[in-house]
Amino acid sequence: MAIISRGFHGRRPPAGRKLPPGQYETTGFPVLSAGPTPWISTDKWELSVTTETGRRHSWDWAALTKLPSETPTVDLHCVTKWSKFGTRWQGVSLDVLLADVETAAEYVLVSSYGGYTTNLPLEDLLDGKAWIAYGYDGRPLAPEHGGPARLLVPHLYLWKSAKWVHGLELREKDIPGFWESAGYHNYGDPWQEQRYRGD
Amino acid sequence: MARTAVSRRLGDRLRWRVAEVTERRAESATAVTLVLEVPEWPGHLAGQHVDIRLTAEDGYSTQRSYSIASAPDGTRLELTVQRVVEGEVSPYLVDELMPGDQLELRGPVGGWFVWQPEQEEPVLLVAGGSGLVPLMCMIRSRRAAGSRVPFRVLYSLRSPAELLYGPEIRQGTPGVDLTHIYTREAPQQSARPPGRITPDDLARHGWPPDFAPTCYVCGPTAFVEKAAAYLVLLGHDPERVRTERFGGGED
Ligand SMILES: Cc1cc2nc3c(=O)[nH]c(=O)nc-3n(C[C@H](O)[C@H](O)[C@H](O)COP(=O)(O)OP(=O)(O)OC[C@H]3O[C@@H](n4cnc5c(N)ncnc54)[C@H](O)[C@@H]3O)c2cc1C
Repeated sequence: MAIISRGFHGRRPPAGRKLPPGQYETTGFPVLSAGPTPWISTDKWELSVTTETGRRHSWDWAALTKLPSETPTVDLHCVTKWSKFGTRWQGVSLDVLLADVETAAEYVLVSSYGGYTTNLPLEDLLDGKAWIAYGYDGRPLAPEHGGPARLLVPHLYLWKSAKWVHGLELREKDIPGFWESAGYHNYGDPWQEQRYRGD
Repeated sequence: MARTAVSRRLGDRLRWRVAEVTERRAESATAVTLVLEVPEWPGHLAGQHVDIRLTAEDGYSTQRSYSIASAPDGTRLELTVQRVVEGEVSPYLVDELMPGDQLELRGPVGGWFVWQPEQEEPVLLVAGGSGLVPLMCMIRSRRAAGSRVPFRVLYSLRSPAELLYGPEIRQGTPGVDLTHIYTREAPQQSARPPGRITPDDLARHGWPPDFAPTCYVCGPTAFVEKAAAYLVLLGHDPERVRTERFGGGED
């Protein structure tokens, strides 16, 4: 139930989907990761959220998959220049996972099985912008694409959508993750072409 | 230094609420204060902001952040919006939105760029243009709480016509020392020629670093970058320099 703002027209983008600058479209699903693919069985799998005061919330596989899920269809943009339109996922919105978490933090450091990390402003995970995804195209998410579950934050370059996601640490202060420490942009907006530090 | 956390259930601060505009006040030639009534407002701290969502008739919608200008006061909230020429949202808020209109809003947001009356150290506020808004909220909250913590304020603005909160600022507050820095056009009686903020301005009108003040710097991105870098250069501990960037370019 949106409130219509009388007399507001806005300055919307032109109709039709558009590629961010420097991207090309692919119909395959390339696999890129920083190391070997970790295989995590769903019996052992766990997702945790730790607040800045050390309070820990966690979900095992059964708990996660019992939560209400959504089936977002989104475009993906990888910093290596490919974009893939209309990918179909199933997962739990971070709004659902974080609703009862008490925090004043503004940043999140995400960590994965296998040791990968990436950082984002907390705001970028909220309000329907991000999911913990465990299904892709009607099937369980394959390990090479981050299964059993990955973070999905489609409005940022794909390296922010950490595969094999394991933990979210809420932080008052931002610290760079794996690629961000290696010279990638700290934020990674594809529409601003924020590929590398200084872009 | 007091660093009390401002925890709140994320589900609450995420919820979009419907606010009603009850009043508008011209604040300068280019800015307006909107007084909002927000049912079930959970309260806020000085320095926090809200997100505003506007939706057009065809469903197109967009969001912007605005700092809270008023000290906590039940379900009443004041925002001050400066018109950005050619902007998508601010001209609408400044020129079109009238008492009786509704808005969607969520918040309060932000846990780091806040001042709380329990803090005892001296405070330096450095504002560029509309960056004064959350800092004014700190000044008002200080007054409301009866705090005697000494505040110094450096307020950079283009010209006297852009002065926000003129009457309240001219009246002054004991314990709050305010210095204006005009960047383009200074009033006749002003000793300082117009020009952007310099390390010398901050050294002269701020606090010595060994007083260990907490510094709050807010305004357009480029202004904040510079002022914060100058403070560190002058010897202030980076941990004590908190910043809020409003986006946009110079001034
Ligand atoms: C945490 C936070 C708190 C904020 N609080 C306030 C507040 O209390 N009062 C207030 O007036 N604004 C505030 N802002 C800025 C506000 O959110 C908008 O960015 C601003 O109103 C411009 O929006 P617009 O839609 O009119 O312009 P847009 O259509 O977004 O931008 C138009 C052009 O103006 C430039 N621009 C955008 N923002 C600014 C700016 N702040 N200064 C100069 N140029 C800019 C852009 O680069 C662009 O070229 C805040 C921003 C943040 C992030």
